[in-house]
Amino acid sequence: MTSKDASAARPHPDPTTPVAGDADAAVEEEDRRVRRVELIISLVLRVGVVTSLLVVVAGLVDGMVSQPAQRTSSALEQHLIGRTASFPHTFGAVFAGLGHGDPAAIVAAGLLLLVITPVLRVAVSIFTFVYQHDALFTIVTTFVLAVLIGSFFLGKAGG
Amino acid sequence: MSLLAFSLVLFAICVLAGLLGSLLGLGGGIVVVPVLTLLFHVDIRLAIGASIISVIATSSGAAAAYVRERITNLRVGMFLEIGTTLGAVTGAYVAGLVSGRVLYVVFAIVLGYSALRMFAGRHHEEGHHDVPPDSWADRLHLHASYFDPAEDREISYRVTHTRVGLALMYVAGMMSGLLGIGSGALKVPAMDLAMRLPMKVSTATSNFMIGVTAAASAGVYFLRGDVDPYIAAPVAAGVLVGATMGSRLLPKLQSRAIRGIFVGVLLFISVDMMVKGLA
Repeated sequence: MTSKDASAARPHPDPTTPVAGDADAAVEEEDRRVRRVELIISLVLRVGVVTSLLVVVAGLVDGMVSQPAQRTSSALEQHLIGRTASFPHTFGAVFAGLGHGDPAAIVAAGLLLLVITPVLRVAVSIFTFVYQHDALFTIVTTFVLAVLIGSFFLGKAGG
Repeated sequence: MSLLAFSLVLFAICVLAGLLGSLLGLGGGIVVVPVLTLLFHVDIRLAIGASIISVIATSSGAAAAYVRERITNLRVGMFLEIGTTLGAVTGAYVAGLVSGRVLYVVFAIVLGYSALRMFAGRHHEEGHHDVPPDSWADRLHLHASYFDPAEDREISYRVTHTRVGLALMYVAGMMSGLLGIGSGALKVPAMDLAMRLPMKVSTATSNFMIGVTAAASAGVYFLRGDVDPYIAAPVAAGVLVGATMGSRLLPKLQSRAIRGIFVGVLLFISVDMMVKGLA
């Protein structure tokens, strides 16, 4: 990597190195690109949170409408303290439950969407680093994505 | 209690928990777990599973705003996420091996520490001087600047002790995964004191990392069956609403007296958790 590449790759010019006049345009272009990345990341996070909350609320409302009677106090307490794990907690169970319109599965799907939102943000950052020809940070973010995906397998093994 | 009543009560209490958390500068998670375990007698693993979901919701919301305002140092955040995610996976895995009592005791200690740290308050708001050079920070291009509206100028800063920061982030991530909290109280000082990032940047970057950190352990909790949809959903929605209200209503809680009362409450809860763990 040449020194010119290095200075173009950083989001803001290093305060100790004065920027030459003819490099100003390149820095400005770089700033615009970084700004675009920031806005995309911000958008991914907001859309993810709002969408997942809408799905969660829809599932909760559905649950209240469709099964009000059998959820009595003692049954509910039993459910909470007893760790019966009768709710869907695998991808397969959530998808199957969505098929029958099971409210618990709808809520779980919304929560999964929330969990996946930061994962999507990391995936988007990989593409932006590839686009910026930043090999080091492409590796860094790819590693983080691998840890995130691996965590789902670890949960399955531990269950 | 019907499902509707239960959801509404849980939602309302979590709005308060989120409000309290954001007013103190702590996440909602650290208030939610004691509320669920001590007040509702929910199993501590289900409480942690619900809390970690609420942490993702609040931090993703806040991170979106901070990133838009350009305070977050994205490069520092994404690099340190190596440490926080590995730590979070470790923590979530260990949480499945140890007994609930151990979780109560560790939670009590971290809660007590976080509460006291918040009472000690912020010491230095201005930038750091004489930052020692760090080859990792140079190579990763971590030095940056941010716009400070209060001073109406761009403030440049240099980053140092990158490796120390990464190691501390592993510890912070592990506490997050073990206890279902954001552990901003551990991340912020690691960046502020060790890596010499400005306080505002440390806070924003911590928030940015918390979502990804929590996602790494949330996957483990979800597939292990520790995320009960009917507990996690009202908790996540409640904490999100409370935290948003808190950040809009009062930018920062200035009164030392009120802070003192809140910290006292948290210390009392911490002792309660400790007693429950040792009893």
